[in-house]
Amino acid sequence: MKYIDEYRDARIARGLAKAIANCARHNWVLMEICGGQTHTIMRYGLDELLPRQIELVHGPGCPVCVTPLETIDRAIALALRPEVILVSYGDMLRVPGSDLDLFRAKARGADVRIVYSPTEAVTIARANPDRKVVFLAIGFETTAPANAMAAWQARREGLTNFSMLVSHVLVPPAMRALLTSTQNRVQGLIAPGHVCTVMGYQEYEALVRDFALPVVVGGFEPVDLLEAILMLVKQLEQHEARLENQYVRSVSCQGNLPAQRIMQEVFEIADQKWRGIGPIARSGLRLRPEFAAYDANQVFDLELIVADEPAECISAQVLQGLKKPTDCPVFAMRCTPENPLGAPMVSAEGACAAYYHYRRHTRAS
Amino acid sequence: MAKPAQTILELSCPTPFPEKDTVLLGHGSGGKLSAELVRDVFLPAFDNPALARLDDQAIVQVNGSRIAITTDSFVVKPLFFPGGDIGSLAVHGTVNDLAMGGAQPLFLSVAFIIEEGLSMDVLRRVVESLQRAAASAGVQIVTGDTKVVEKGSGDGLFINTTGIGLLEPDVQMSANHARPGDQILLSGSIGDHGIAILAQREGLQFESTIESDSASLHTLVASMLNVTRSIRCMRDPTRGGLSSTLNEIAARSQVGIELDESSIPVREEVRGVCELLGLDPLYVANEGKLVAIVDPAVAGPVLAAMRGHDLGRQAQIIGAVTASHPGLVTMRTVLGTERVVDMLAGDQLPRIC
Repeated sequence: MKYIDEYRDARIARGLAKAIANCARHNWVLMEICGGQTHTIMRYGLDELLPRQIELVHGPGCPVCVTPLETIDRAIALALRPEVILVSYGDMLRVPGSDLDLFRAKARGADVRIVYSPTEAVTIARANPDRKVVFLAIGFETTAPANAMAAWQARREGLTNFSMLVSHVLVPPAMRALLTSTQNRVQGLIAPGHVCTVMGYQEYEALVRDFALPVVVGGFEPVDLLEAILMLVKQLEQHEARLENQYVRSVSCQGNLPAQRIMQEVFEIADQKWRGIGPIARSGLRLRPEFAAYDANQVFDLELIVADEPAECISAQVLQGLKKPTDCPVFAMRCTPENPLGAPMVSAEGACAAYYHYRRHTRAS
Repeated sequence: MAKPAQTILELSCPTPFPEKDTVLLGHGSGGKLSAELVRDVFLPAFDNPALARLDDQAIVQVNGSRIAITTDSFVVKPLFFPGGDIGSLAVHGTVNDLAMGGAQPLFLSVAFIIEEGLSMDVLRRVVESLQRAAASAGVQIVTGDTKVVEKGSGDGLFINTTGIGLLEPDVQMSANHARPGDQILLSGSIGDHGIAILAQREGLQFESTIESDSASLHTLVASMLNVTRSIRCMRDPTRGGLSSTLNEIAARSQVGIELDESSIPVREEVRGVCELLGLDPLYVANEGKLVAIVDPAVAGPVLAAMRGHDLGRQAQIIGAVTASHPGLVTMRTVLGTERVVDMLAGDQLPRIC
């Protein structure tokens, strides 16, 4: 396929892997933040191509995985109301809440619909004036502009039967929290290319400065990731800490300004809980007061759904890169995608699910 | 400001749900949940040797003749899609399930479950298409049934077809016959049917229309069996795609399967849609493709026979059966690394970003 095949070319990939091997004289721990990047690394076995000195750990960048349990429980509670049509991205449906997931809610008669774009949720609201349409608006900065556009469009059209259950997370505050941890092992970061396509990469300057750590904005194809790793290793070997952009074909310094404007018009920064990690100050987005009429938390009387999760799986260590999924005693035994014990096993982009789908044989043999 | 380190170390984890309390859509996906349903509910109830083979068709002996029987229900939405409709699909699906056992398809039954309010014109078009597909496959529709359900109790139209065919005595194909060293042959590009349906349902527009590959495969099968009877197993990778089919064969034969990613044909448009939606063509349904496990000594001639047939022009050897990692399908990626090709629990879900 044009514009993609060259980024999956075996010869180029092997050349980059060789360059990394030639360059790496010390051991380095690098983290890719985004679940899409984790997926590519596992799917193409990029870690197999790397020299022993390079260890890749997988960050918390799977939006499905880090959506808090309460949000899932609220979505399910809303979906089970007869007047509600709950609209969601597909991969949220299998995420376990406290008692149910949305697939099971659907089996019990809830009207749950999958969309590819949030504006489709607005279309559903327009077509069903006698029902209340709730869109489960989750994600990183990548999905925030489109989700914001849905609320903006609903308000412009004066729709009174549309609202959003918002659980938006932001990358830089989470990275800061992770790097601040006394247990941090990460020495170089691959910043998420899609997030930076929207936001630009200026916000990562502060991380480079405060933690003296190289950051490279990386893409999602095998060649992108290998090139980003090479750029990080070169910096580390030369004791440098700079911000670089590997994903130049998509990311500019200032990002997508109209997208940022619509985000700022609709959302404001708020404290946010991350499933598997915990609360992180100012690491999320919520609807601004002007959009209160579109905030499902305010439109519906949801009482106070607060969920406590039993501490059993090691998702916190996995999402911080302290442990590999295969270090978990229940990985691929009691914890599988059909029966996930923890959030990273749920979505295809979760680190545990990526290991399960693509790498089980390394454990079996 | 960031929270102190200890707050990040809070553990959290949801409680697992047993998959057995309710029937979910995933139980019909052709993946692991479907297999569990068969294993836990249907097999214990109906257990007998013909059923226990768990192939696409049952093979029974009647007065010295070997008869293949199969049944399939069709619930496709939309009813009409590029490259076919529910009527032609209902013929192709059942004919193919017979053909995968090596049987010559002879007779079909057709049952219609119609939702009140369906346009008579739609029903007529479906019936005509069904008849055309049956005539072109050389099978006769010899019995049928009609039920009409109240509006809201169905989805327009469901069709069930049951098929009967005859088998020659020396044709012995089954999913548990694969042996280490066997070659894996695929008749053409994967993912066309599933993506054609998805594109039509979601109103996705592309430069060229993606058509379903829906077709009757029994003449292709016959041309392969003309070359040799040393074909261990044939399957049409429908629901759950190529991956689920090969995982089933690996599990049933207790062998490993090793695929070569670069040899698996996928059409450009199908790849494009899959990239866009975050889907893997290995899990997307086909309705006019077959995969055959073949003794290595005859793989070349069988491949040549497939390529000599209209429905097998793009046939490829896509991998081999191995004694290592029994029950597991692995794939050499385009980069030369190795990964597992897993069976999905339920349907493939489009990714969020």
